[in-house]
Amino acid sequence: MEINLSAGLFTPEKNFLQFDESTVYDTVIVGGGPAGLTAAVYCMRKGLAAGIIIKDMGGQVAETAGIENYLGFRYVNGAELVDKFREQVLQFGIAFREGATVTSIQDGSVKRLVLDDGTSVSTRTVIIASGKSWRRLGVKGERELTGRGVAYCSTCDAPFFAGKDVAVVGGGNSGIESAIDLAKVASRVVLVQNLDSLTADRILVDRLGEYGNVEIIYGHGVTEILGEERVRGVSIRSVGTGETRNLEVQGIFIEIGLVPNSGFVKGLLEMNESGEIVVDSACATSRPGIFAAGDVTSVPFKQIIIAGGEGAKAALSAAEYILTQK
Amino acid sequence: MALFDDTVRNQLKTILARMGDPVTMVFFSQEIECFTCRDTRSFIEEIASLNEKLKVQTYNLVTDKEKAAQHDIDKVPAILLLDGKGGDTGIRFYGIPGGYEINSFLNALLETSGKREPLPKAVAERIAAIDRDVHIQVFVSLGCPYCPNAVSTAHRLALENGKIRADMVETATFPHLAVKYNVSGVPKVVMNEKHDFTGAQPITTFLDVMEKL
Ligand SMILES: Cc1cc2nc3c(=O)[nH]c(=O)nc-3n(C[C@H](O)[C@H](O)[C@H](O)COP(=O)(O)OP(=O)(O)OC[C@H]3O[C@@H](n4cnc5c(N)ncnc54)[C@H](O)[C@@H]3O)c2cc1C
Repeated sequence: MEINLSAGLFTPEKNFLQFDESTVYDTVIVGGGPAGLTAAVYCMRKGLAAGIIIKDMGGQVAETAGIENYLGFRYVNGAELVDKFREQVLQFGIAFREGATVTSIQDGSVKRLVLDDGTSVSTRTVIIASGKSWRRLGVKGERELTGRGVAYCSTCDAPFFAGKDVAVVGGGNSGIESAIDLAKVASRVVLVQNLDSLTADRILVDRLGEYGNVEIIYGHGVTEILGEERVRGVSIRSVGTGETRNLEVQGIFIEIGLVPNSGFVKGLLEMNESGEIVVDSACATSRPGIFAAGDVTSVPFKQIIIAGGEGAKAALSAAEYILTQK
Repeated sequence: MALFDDTVRNQLKTILARMGDPVTMVFFSQEIECFTCRDTRSFIEEIASLNEKLKVQTYNLVTDKEKAAQHDIDKVPAILLLDGKGGDTGIRFYGIPGGYEINSFLNALLETSGKREPLPKAVAERIAAIDRDVHIQVFVSLGCPYCPNAVSTAHRLALENGKIRADMVETATFPHLAVKYNVSGVPKVVMNEKHDFTGAQPITTFLDVMEKL
């Protein structure tokens, strides 16, 4: 029997400290991916009164099957790496909150983070390490039909499309992986890619080529998802000619990359045209005392080792800022 | 044949060593027409062998009709948890909690044993205020990394309020239920047969829906 145990989830709770609403923390980290967790270790070793608020432990790493470019591990499973990160953080008595989302930040010499459960946290500095999440198509029918044929996770939901016709949007690595998962069970898979070629790694494209039930439509974008109670088709439009046609499918998997989770600081911090928080080489944002690190920032290249390094830098910058303020 | 290898067995042992009060796993099966019951039974027995605070009771859905009715068990394999005082926690697992669901299963054992992280006060008050019977079904597939979160949230609600019952339902074992409840994405949460949402939502979303039932 297959077992996907996340042993790190069960670290003894003596290491969890609850947030105290009346304390003003030195620094509070938003996000528990590699950037946030690395920042946490550095903050604690600097002796800061620190806290961390995490919507989903591990961020993108928790969703990654195998990692082969994080030094020290020739190969490591994403969940396993997250366990190790988490254990290293929880050896310190850091204020810790999992499953909560920061919805806004009120700026000032003491900053207030407001959480989705109605609580709030006060702190002198903030380290934003909220990373990226899957991009939505943003077309009619997508939201209404999510869970009714519109899906984002092929390892979760492919079995429900056994014997059916499905579309996959996106020709990058995650699109191809998803198409492979589906080709194994679905009767027909239509891959819709807006470019004229696939951008996925060669090895994945070759593997997809082994399935006879996959059709690839290049140069088309999805304009609408059709159906009332359930998906019954998608409209696609040719990028070249503007011509629209409908595909009859019972499901659509959306795999079109990632967007920065920066909505909760929109208007507060300077961002670039992709919605990434603009930072300088010391991870400072446009507001004093607010630092940012990892995939949510304008730093080029989104990788675990880079996010981790940026997280360390942001923590050291926050520590230095606190020293100069005191 | 052992379901877990030595590494996993040792990890499980370490995790279960943190249990507080004893927990009873009540297992319902059926001799015929249940192709996953045997594996589920081995699963329960192996888990139970890892910590002496874990007890097992086994019943048959058909021949122990009264017991099944008492706990409202209508399909197998089913596992329900009793707390240290023998009280029904409202926690149920329908289908084998393998794959990623091992995490929600361990979490349920620990929480039932009394090892719970405190809830924010506002959330605890909202849970306590639920005064209608609520039946939560969380549909999962075993390859879904987000699903254990939704299951654990539902189970925590059941633990906190006796009016709430929370089931994990493994869709590969109960495909007819996946069809009946129109499940095409997991986790899918169905409350009192009529209200539903998809995705691992925070406990406050569960409460928002529950308060409107
Ligand atoms: C499928 C896939 C495979 C990949 N493979 C590799 C690989 O092999 N090697 C590699 O180096 N990189 C890989 N990457 C990229 C790598 O995972 C990312 O660069 C890295 O995870 C970024 O780290 P981060 O901490 O900046 O953000 P994330 O990992 O995105 O973490 C963000 C964190 O912030 C939390 N969060 C978001 N908003 C809020 C909020 N408002 N309040 C509280 N918490 C919030 C999230 O829940 C999460 O915990 C892969 C990415 C994907 C998606």
